[in-house]
Formats: sequence, structure tokens, C-alpha cells
Amino acid sequence: MIYESDEPLSDSDHLLSVLAINDARPGSPLLVAAVAFVADLSGALFWEQERLLVVSDLHLEKGSSFATRGVLLPPYDTQATLARLATVIAHYDPCIVIALGDSFHDPDAHQRLSAPDREALSALQARRDWIWISGNHDPALPCDLGGVVATEVALGGIVFRHEPTGEVGEIAGHLHPKARVSTRGRSMERRCFASDGERTVMPAFGAYAGGLSIRDRAFARIFSTDFVAHVLGDSRMHAIAASRCC
Amino acid sequence: MDIADREARLPLPDGFLRWFAMRGWLPRAHQLELLRKAREGRSTLLIAPTGAGKTLAGFLPTLGELSEKHLSPPAGRGRFAREASKPGEGQIALSEAAPHPTRFAPPSPRERGEGRGLHTLYISPLKALAVDIARNLEAPIAEMELPIKVETRTGDTPVSRRQRQRRYPPDILLTTPEQMALLLASDDAPFLFSSLRRVVLDELHALVTSKRGDLLSLALARLWRLAPQMRAIGLSATVADPESLARFLVPQPESRTAAADIVTAGGAAAPVVEMLDTSERLPWAGHSARHALAEVYDLIRRNRTTLVFVNTRSQAEMLFQDLWRINDDGLAIALHHGSLDVAQRRKVEQAMTAGRLRGVVCTSSLDLGVDWGDVDLVINIGAPKGSSRLMQRIGRANHRLDEASRAVLVPANRFEVLECRVAIDAVNENAQDTPPLRSGALDVLAQHVLGCACGEPFHADQLFDEVRTAAPYANLARADFDDVIDFVATGGYALKTYERFARIRQDKDGRWRVANPRVRQSYRLNVGTIVEEAMLKVKLVRSRHGGRNGSKGSTGAIARGGRMLGEIEEYFIEGLVAGDTFVFGGEIVRYEALVEDQVYVSRANDDSPKVPSYMGGKFPLSTYLAERVRNLLDDKRAWNGLPDQVREWLSLQASFSRVPHAREMIVESFPRADKHYLVCYPFEGRLAHQTLGMLLTRRLERMRVRPLGFVANEYALAIWMLGDASTMIRQRRLDLDALFDPDMLGDDLEAWLAESALMKRTFRSCAIISGLIARRFTGEEKSRRQVLFSTDLVYDVLRKHQPDHVLLRAARADAATGLLDIRRLSDMLARIKGRITHKPLDHISPLAVPVMLEIGREAVYGEASDELLAEAAEDLVKEAMER
Repeated sequence: MIYESDEPLSDSDHLLSVLAINDARPGSPLLVAAVAFVADLSGALFWEQERLLVVSDLHLEKGSSFATRGVLLPPYDTQATLARLATVIAHYDPCIVIALGDSFHDPDAHQRLSAPDREALSALQARRDWIWISGNHDPALPCDLGGVVATEVALGGIVFRHEPTGEVGEIAGHLHPKARVSTRGRSMERRCFASDGERTVMPAFGAYAGGLSIRDRAFARIFSTDFVAHVLGDSRMHAIAASRCC
Repeated sequence: MDIADREARLPLPDGFLRWFAMRGWLPRAHQLELLRKAREGRSTLLIAPTGAGKTLAGFLPTLGELSEKHLSPPAGRGRFAREASKPGEGQIALSEAAPHPTRFAPPSPRERGEGRGLHTLYISPLKALAVDIARNLEAPIAEMELPIKVETRTGDTPVSRRQRQRRYPPDILLTTPEQMALLLASDDAPFLFSSLRRVVLDELHALVTSKRGDLLSLALARLWRLAPQMRAIGLSATVADPESLARFLVPQPESRTAAADIVTAGGAAAPVVEMLDTSERLPWAGHSARHALAEVYDLIRRNRTTLVFVNTRSQAEMLFQDLWRINDDGLAIALHHGSLDVAQRRKVEQAMTAGRLRGVVCTSSLDLGVDWGDVDLVINIGAPKGSSRLMQRIGRANHRLDEASRAVLVPANRFEVLECRVAIDAVNENAQDTPPLRSGALDVLAQHVLGCACGEPFHADQLFDEVRTAAPYANLARADFDDVIDFVATGGYALKTYERFARIRQDKDGRWRVANPRVRQSYRLNVGTIVEEAMLKVKLVRSRHGGRNGSKGSTGAIARGGRMLGEIEEYFIEGLVAGDTFVFGGEIVRYEALVEDQVYVSRANDDSPKVPSYMGGKFPLSTYLAERVRNLLDDKRAWNGLPDQVREWLSLQASFSRVPHAREMIVESFPRADKHYLVCYPFEGRLAHQTLGMLLTRRLERMRVRPLGFVANEYALAIWMLGDASTMIRQRRLDLDALFDPDMLGDDLEAWLAESALMKRTFRSCAIISGLIARRFTGEEKSRRQVLFSTDLVYDVLRKHQPDHVLLRAARADAATGLLDIRRLSDMLARIKGRITHKPLDHISPLAVPVMLEIGREAVYGEASDELLAEAAEDLVKEAMER
């Protein structure tokens, strides 16, 4: 996240900007059922009016989850994810944080949090409300993680839940949308928000969370018309019509 | 020296001499020499051109020894009983009273298992070659009635036979480096290999240039411990440095080097190589050589069987199509490349062997191996890249030693004319440019360590000593070795959190052993160092839309199924949008959709594909040929040997700008339309130039010259920008010496590596080879696309949190020579330091035309110049020439 950057655009941002409807930094304005949000470059969504920050699919301890199955991925993913979360929280200073499900990669993952990571998490939770929405990876979160656990939250015409249903006013995660764009023989793939103004699917925030192409039919079930991919670039957001992605 | 003399000095068994005589052959000097070396118990490297009877030479000592065993007086079945009492013992002296060979009833497996054990291992880079050799061995064994059992073991060998081979090994086992590693990674390896007398390594020159060579060297180190009596025979084409290759074949002692004896086969007729003297206009750029199509066709027509080599799959596709378009005589011309479906390739190979083909358009998939009989002409389209590479290709023509191979080089553009010219000179001087021996990769070592732990438990100290007997690992540092052990055990992370998930553990004696059977199983599934480009299966389906312009892709509503055409590189498909057309499997197809790991394409009616591929091939121009090209440019008298068109081009360059001296680098700057261009000519190959381009644009960006993009070919690099480079250089606001200073390989390189897709690809292959990420899982199959994505995430995280991790070190070592070719770039920057000549020009120079024409063909970055894309080549050429 580079918010104050006057750096020249990266290769990738150049390429993305060619296709973009508009570029914005640090965040792209994003409407959901007439409520104004900011889609942040980090993959978080901010509701200014409510001072509410949403992040989805943190997949904490995914590295160690693989390790239990013999794939010894570097165990730094939780640390990396929490550090990015700390930056975005410091930037917006929200009153409420919603973790939109799949915050932990498996039901035992929270037990494997290292002491420093646990402390880092507690520090983020201090002086604000924290809501864990449960997801398919973490269906039964314990209550000793700080904050409250819920299956969904409704607030001012907006409903926050893990798995998208396509309902108007819904903000969901689960699908890990990513967009692939190509022009002139070059192509790249980035995480993105998928939104049609009525509903939004958020990108995964976790360092090891993979992605699902927005051209997958799972998205067609949620969005009946063309929608916009708010693609996370290197130093800015790029709003690109989903139909221009491949 | 007549046969009797030879026989006296070197008792080749009677049967063998008779067999040679029966075929009208004389044993060749190098074959006898190899027999002598074997008798003396020496490991030997045989350097011989194709057609010199190399493989037979490699097997003669083994056939001799095994037949001697059996030609000793037969006492019924007691023969085996006698041998059974001293399993694995040295060879039995040849009996004076050898009876006429008679075909013994094959002994029962039990007798075999008890009595003899494995005598010789033959390892080849291609399983097809192993199968082919088995067939070729059958003839002498049957004709001399030798009771020798030969079997192959490849990925295709059924499980039942593999099990039998372990218990009742054949006398000679033909296999690949990967199967070899698998055989060693089991606790019966000591039983299986204790009797081994010889290992024959075929196509050694090809094996040692890759990580497969590293893997093979580690297997050899293991064999030297399990079977100290074993000797090695290496079979190789001619290489630049035979001494270093010979080190590969013997255990390296502590703190000095040792090498096998070298036997060189002489007597091959010098090849006759010429450049196509085209009557057409020579293209300025591109690699298709379309201009010479009719002439190439004519060559095929006038010869019996022609191999037409090109450098890439897509060139092969394109040329095949073009040839058939003008094939009025209906000549049997076929296509062969590594991405075609296996069944289709086999069909071509069979037709070739049967002599039914007049021509085969092929890629390096045919550089090695299988003997195809009577090829009388090799045509090499495009750049030869390296002299050794070219000589090996030429060797594919005419496997008879005493007749000259004939080859015609067809340069596809003007620069390639220079390259072809110097390559022909190099061939005539027999000058080799094979790369130096690798130093062993750490990711391969990790795979080997895990393999060792799957066999008998090991002590780290002992394994370290063993590994250092392998030539590529002779200088391995103990710290690196320990890091590798640590990596294999728990991942090697500074944050030690995975102790309880360890893959290998130490027992109470301090010996490492595999932690659980699942680890062993995973090792078996993932052994090997060939990490293919992520490949996608290509299926032909019916188009969803009759029209020419497909709607933008979506993954729905496509009929699944369809005919399999072959496989294609994932990165190629990623650059396409639905509706784009390209050439594949000899036809023009339209990209429809990508569903999981399958690419759906439909037949297109277009005349020319929308998306060409101009990749010049995997291998860059060799340093050696590059230097010769620079020398050629520097030597005006030598220009007389060039075609008129090329000589005129160079003369124009000399008068308008400057032709570089052998050691200098010229940088030209000129304005064009509303942009400014900087063109330099390092002659170091496309890969190094691309890396240079990435690094230079970063620097220019920082110097506020506002670069917009760059394009590289094998010889030059062009960067375009908004800033007026000529003026800035004149006013000393831009210093070329500083711009090209080798310090760009410091921070700039690091910053670029952080985001480089090439570096991520390099890391991915290290992650797979080292066993961090599995290619194949037991039970659940994870698609390769997912693997690709997750290694990128792992790369980002690891780089940030533990930048000196052993896998990142391995990836950086690969980047030095692989896709990023950093070492070559570094050598070049040192070479040109203080020798840069700037030529400010008003307009594009003749020498710059070829690289400028690449603009728009290759990927460019930023708001690339659409104007340039639209401009025709002729305009540029006119601009450069008509002054």
C-alpha cells in the first residue's frame, strides 16, 4: 500500500490503466445499494459514514495448515496478513472491523497462532468493535479470540455475510475474485472487488489466499448483468468492466 | 594393424569377431580402445560423432564380459550353481576351450537372482532412446546367441515387471535418470546394485547441461558407495571441454579433481554445410524464413529424406503449414515437436523409420536420440544459436560415419545471415561452444536427500562426503548442505515452527530417516527435475459462434470433450482473448475458452493467425558465436563472404552511423515521430537483453528520461522514451557510462526480481524440484494452475520474511544462467565498461531496423506506441536507407 506515492506507475499499473474506466488512489469509490464505500488498494472495504472496515478471507494459518499435511510452506503468512491489516486499520482508524468469514484456514487454525501474532491481533482489536463472521473454513469460532462471532450482520440496508447469495445490498467474500487482463500479448492476474452497484464480492485479504477468475460461472450466478472489477494494482485501483477481463 | 594383431592384443571373444565379420564390419579403433580401458578397470569418456557406433562401443565391454561368463565350459545347470557361490564376484577368465556358442535355455528367474545380479546400467535422457537401444542390442545378442537378459525400465514399465526387476534383475537394465533415482531410494538398493560392474551414460553432453545432470551425478555418487567396483562409460558428442566432462564419471577426491580417461573417435567425414543462397529479398526481422519457402521446398523435393529443424514449436507449425500450401507434388512431409500428442509423434517416428517420409519439420525434440536411418539432408531454419548445437543437428543427417553429412542453413533475417556465416566457419574449424559444467543445484540436492532418507537411514556426515564425490557438487559448502537437510526436515525456516510436521527425523543414533510412509510415497510421485512450462491440454471443439469474431470469453456453454490436439504453454494462452486465432497442430485454430487445465479451440477459416509467436527459441545465441559475429562486423574484408544485400546494409551502416569494433558497444540515439529512441548492440542474446532492458528502464525512469517501453532481440536492445536522450547526453545530463554501470546488478536487480514474472517462474521450478510443492498428490489431484498461483504467493512472502532462504538462493543461482541470464549480462557490462561509443543520429540507422521492427511484435509496456504498431516495415527501411 503506497498512499502518498509520487513514484512512477509500475508496469502492471500501466497495463491495467489502459483498460480501466477510471483509476483512483488510494481507493476506488464503490456503491452498494446506494451506500458509498471505498474499495481500498489493500483489498479492504471502508464505509466512511459508519467508520466500518471490512476484510474478507484472511485465511490465517493457512501455511501451518498445509504443514500438517506435509507441505511445509513458509510459516510467515499470518504475520504478513496481520501486518497488512495493521496498516489499513492505522490508515482508516475504523470503529468497527468486520472479518467476513474464512478468517482462519481450518477449525484448529486459531490454536496454532503464535504468541506474537496473537498479540498483534489483540492490538488491532483494542478500542474498536470486532465482528468475526463465520465462514465455511471456520464455521465454529471460539469466543476467546476477542470480538463477537456472528453468521451475518445487517446494518443500514447492507448485509454482511460470507457466502454471496446475490441479494441486493449484500457484501460477501468466499469466492476470492481475481481478474485477468491481457493486452498486446501481455497479461496479468490480480485480486479484485466484483461489484455491480447492488452487491459486492470482496477479494481475499490473506497472503496465501488464491483466487477464482471472475469469468467463472460462480460469478454469473450472482451478477445478472455485466459488472465491474475493481482491480488491485500496485499503487492504485483500476475499475475495469468484467467483460474486458479474460 | 590387422584383425589378428588386434585380437592378440585385445581378446575380443571369437563370437564377436565372427559377428563383426558376418556383417562386413571391422571393430573400430575406439571400440577396441574402450574394451581395453574396461579391461584395465578404467572409467572412460568416449567422444564420438553421431554414426560412429558409439552405443555399441559402450556395450561391447559388457557384452564381452557377460558372454565370457557364459562361454566358460557349460556343465549343465551347474554353471549357475558354481556362480551362485560367489555372487557379485569379478569376471571369470575367458576359457581357452570355449565351445561354439549355443543358445542356452534361459535360466529361471530364481537362478538369475541368486547367481548374477545386475551387471550394467544404461542411462539415457530419453525413454524412447532406452527402448530403441534395447531393440538394437537384441540383434547382436540374438545373432551371437549370448544368454544375456536386457530389460528397460521407464515410466511406462508395468508395476509387475518393476517388482520382478528388483528381485530378479536382468544383466543389463536400460533406464532414465529419474527411474535410477527411484531405484536408489529404496531399502533394497544395496541388494540390487552391489553386483553392478558398469554404468553407461548416453548423450552425456546433453544430460550434464541441466538439473537432470545434477540428479544423475548424485545417483552416481550413491552407486560408487554401493558398488565400489563399478566403472563408468560416458558417451558424448564433441564438447568444448572434454576434461571437465570426464570428471563427471569418477568420484571426486577431497580437495583435488580426478577425471576418467578420454577416448576420442576420429575419422568422421567433415560435414558439408552451406548457407542458402537465396534469390529472394532477405527480411529485416522475424524468424519464419518465409521468403525462402519455395527454395526450402525445392531442397526437400531434390533429396530423399530431409530433416527441417526450426527453433520453436510455433515456427514448426507455421512452416509445416506453409510447406503444405505449396506442396504440389504431394510430398510426404510430417511435423514433429514436443507438444504434439504422443500417439501422433510415434506415428511420425514410425513412418520415418519405415522410410515413408520425404521431410519432417521438427524442433529440438529431435536433437537427440533415436536413430532414424537415412536422412540425407538437414536444413536448419533461422539462427543456429551455437556451433555445437548446430553440429549435433547436422549429425542427424546420415548416420554413416564415412560419408559427409550435408546441411543447409537458412537465415530468416539479415542478422541471422551473420550468425549463419560464423556458425559455418565454426563448424569447419570444428570449434565447440558447449557450456561449462554446472555447479550442482541446491533444489536438486534437496530432492536427493529426501530420496536417500527413503532408502536406508543416513548420517549427515557420510552423506555430505558422498555428495561431494559427485563432480557438480565437489565444492559444496557444508553450510549449504546443512541448510538443505534442514529444509528437507522442517522447511528451513528461521521461525522454527514445523518440528512436529518434519518429513525426515533423526533416530537415536543420529541417522536421518523418513518420518512416515506418506513422505516416501510423495517422493516417489514427484521425483525428477523436469519442470515443464505449465502446459495446458488443447482440445478441438465445435465453435460456439459461427462468425469470425467470437464474443469475449466466458467459460460456460462449451461442449466438453473433443479431440485432443496436444499441449501448449500456459503463458501463451494467458496472452490471448477468446476469438484470437493461432497455429496449432498444423492448423489455424480459434481460442474459445480455458476450463481448468484444458484449452478449448475450434477450427478457424482464417488465412493467417491473428496471434503470431515471434519467440526466437529457448536458447540464446551462444557467447562464442556472438563474439565471432562481433569480430566479423569488425573485419571489413570478411564482409566479402556475405551476400550482397547484407554487405550493402553494413556499408550503409558504416557511412550513416558506425559499425561496432569487436570490443566496443555502440549506443545510437535518434528521434522518431514524437518519441526518442536509444538502441544499443550488446550481442548477448535475447534473455540477457530483456533483463538489461528491465534494469535500464528503471534507471531511465529515475533519471526522469521517461522511458515508455523496450524491445530486445538476440543482438540489440531498443528503448523508447519521451525524454530527448541525444540532447541529455550532449548536455551531460545523461551519462551512458553511469547508465550501463555494472552496479545496476545490485539494488535495481533486487527491486526488479521482487516482481519479475520470470523470477517467479524460476522460483516455482525450484519449489517443485526441492519437494516444497508437490506436482502430484496421492489421491487428490491438484491442478498445475493452482500450483503456479500458490508458489507466487509463497515467493512474495518468503522474500519479504526470509530473503536468504535456501530456495531463494537456489532460484537466484538459476537466474544467473536461466531465463534471466544475469551472469552473461554481468560479463557483458564488464566487457563494455569504458568502451561505449555514442552516436547521436537524426533518424533510425540501418543496423537498428531489425530490432525496431520487433516493436509491436513483442510485449511492450506502458502506453506503447500504437503508431509504431501500425507502421509498415517498409517505411522504417526507407527512412534508414534512402539518405
